[in-house]
Amino acid sequence: MANGVMTQTQHIPFLAQKGLKSWILTTDHKRIGILYLITISFFFLIAGLTALGMRYELMTPELDFFRNPTEYNVAFTLHGSLMVFFFIVPGIAASFGNFLIPLMIGARDVAFPRINLLSFWIYLVGTAILLYALMQPADTGWTFYTPYSIQTGTKVIMITLGVFVLGFSSILTGMNFIVTIHKLRAPGMTWSRLPLFIWASYATAILQLLATPVVGITLLLLIAERAFDIGFFDPAKGGDPILFQNFFWFYSHPAVYIMVIPAFGIISEIIPVFARKPIFGYKAIAYSSFAIAIISFFVWLHHMFVSGISETAAAIFSFLTMLVAIPTAVKVFNWTATLYKGSIEFHSSMLYALSFIVLFTIGGLTGVYLGALAVDVHLHDTYFIVAHMHYVMIGGTVMGFFGALHFWYQKWFGKVFNELIAKISWFLVFAGFNVTFFPQFFMGFQGMPRRYATYPVEYESYHALSTYGSWILGVGVLIMTVNLILPLMKKGQPESPNPYGSLSLEWQVPSPPPHENFDEIPTVTDWTYAYGKK
Amino acid sequence: MSSSTAEHAESHAHGHGLGEAVTHSAAKFGMWLFLGTEILLFGGLFAAYALFRAKFPDLFYESHKKLDITLGTINTIVLIFSSFTMALAVSASQKRNRKWLIILLSVTFICGAAFGVNKYFEYSAKFHHGIFPDTNIFYALYFMMTGLHMIHVFIGMGIIFALIIMAKQRRFEKGRYTPVEVGGLYWHLVDLIWIYLFPLLYLIG
Repeated sequence: MANGVMTQTQHIPFLAQKGLKSWILTTDHKRIGILYLITISFFFLIAGLTALGMRYELMTPELDFFRNPTEYNVAFTLHGSLMVFFFIVPGIAASFGNFLIPLMIGARDVAFPRINLLSFWIYLVGTAILLYALMQPADTGWTFYTPYSIQTGTKVIMITLGVFVLGFSSILTGMNFIVTIHKLRAPGMTWSRLPLFIWASYATAILQLLATPVVGITLLLLIAERAFDIGFFDPAKGGDPILFQNFFWFYSHPAVYIMVIPAFGIISEIIPVFARKPIFGYKAIAYSSFAIAIISFFVWLHHMFVSGISETAAAIFSFLTMLVAIPTAVKVFNWTATLYKGSIEFHSSMLYALSFIVLFTIGGLTGVYLGALAVDVHLHDTYFIVAHMHYVMIGGTVMGFFGALHFWYQKWFGKVFNELIAKISWFLVFAGFNVTFFPQFFMGFQGMPRRYATYPVEYESYHALSTYGSWILGVGVLIMTVNLILPLMKKGQPESPNPYGSLSLEWQVPSPPPHENFDEIPTVTDWTYAYGKK
Repeated sequence: MSSSTAEHAESHAHGHGLGEAVTHSAAKFGMWLFLGTEILLFGGLFAAYALFRAKFPDLFYESHKKLDITLGTINTIVLIFSSFTMALAVSASQKRNRKWLIILLSVTFICGAAFGVNKYFEYSAKFHHGIFPDTNIFYALYFMMTGLHMIHVFIGMGIIFALIIMAKQRRFEKGRYTPVEVGGLYWHLVDLIWIYLFPLLYLIG
């Protein structure tokens, strides 16, 4: 390749090229990241709307918004499936992972750019299949528990096929990222200098590789079960319905960490920049991601404490579940220690990062309640679970996702959003979220079961409060979305490629980055978090 | 998809400014990771096999008697031989011997096809005797495991076919044999899984 040609193309921002073909056939990791970002955001908003519908139904004890309980089941199946499979599993890992990993390690792209595009297309195909099946509609919830998923008349085969295809995309992305991180680091970018987002992405990719194939085979078995009338999960034919749950949670519990570990990485990037301090406990944060990843494979039975498993198994898995709290707490303490005596700037992304610490801690600690056997028997299948799960997923992952959007927005798009409106929308999101989900802890404790369209009148005040909260949250997300979309329509450039003074590599290139990322592959001489030392 | 691993690695060497050595080791590493996921995919079936065999030892013993050990043994030999020719093909590509590369890849491909034909006769005989996936859990596992394996044989044959075409187009010149090696890894996995399936299904003592 002629060097002259190369230098010329390098200075063109990656967003410059127009036209549909330049997008759908792109192998540029930054563009593929945008494709994922648009798709997952779209499904996030749709799934959010179904949640608003459910909350509206639950404002009063009677059935008034939906015509019958099945419609409510369809709504929560849609909400759960879209959020889990379309948004939160690929979510941060595929969008920000794609955008940031090559930039942060000083590479021009991922190791296999064409496979990267392929996995996006596989993701879209899976999305199409799943969406078609969900519209039929489906009522299994997102977990497809047998025996109901074998008995129901809805299109279970199509749904599971869709999820299977999505899993394929997830595996290819994970494989691509691991190879990229191993093989394409810039000179001097040693393992102990890697940004923590890279460590988090690495741990996530390992989970994607190890867990996804198991859910893949589970879903194939379920398909065979329905298509050929086999009895793997049917006790009448000698099968074992609990086997399905074992298989399912062997994937789906690690999948919870596929959802949240990338957010850990994001928080570890945002906090040192706005505290102007080196991150505290770098190695502890890096290794704890792996500790979480490893332990996550040995806790799946805690989803099945009331399914009739032996007391010994339950006690062991209860203990193992408690273990997850240790590496997670290590992270929270290290982030807090990074803030200590820092000169903190409350940028909108920092507000999301701080909310993450608070909300995720609540989500994590309530998880410890649920890991305790006796308490779990009382709280199983109540709103306490719903609240816990949303404190981890919204309070954790979504806060991390929003924080990342606000933090890397200038870098990615070369535009500037209105910071005051961003802060206002952060406040609405934070307040709305807590008003929605905090009351659910109380109702759950008092025995309100999940997945019901109607309920006894004594829970009405909690439910009404929760519904009001969902409106505040909805308005907050709406304002945030508009605030982030409007600047894209306008002309204008950020004043500096590195407005927050980050030391990470992606901030040392122009905003938006040029197509080839770096004029010359940089040589790294110091770690990413040497704030206050220079 | 695996063939695109191979193709990709090939094109990478031309366009992206990565050295041949990085491309080679990245492609191999990527394929090893992918093979790990394949083993986990089958791992679910092996787990189900272990569970149900422990639960119904007699059913497994009685049902396995109706499997055709002769055809199974022939297929085992065919696949092991094809792994051998695949290994020789990789070696030929490293020695830049295009003629032998094409011959050996073709033999490997034919072995894969022979395996498929054999399996076709085996399945038809089962159906003829009224044995279907829903007959009992042993046969359900038999059809699931060998069927999923068969799909992998077909994918492997697709990769080998692509490699033959690429070899004919002289795309492995100048020591760019990464796709052959990566494709070979995949084929060995297909072989390896069968080596576990054969005793588990056909040779229950």
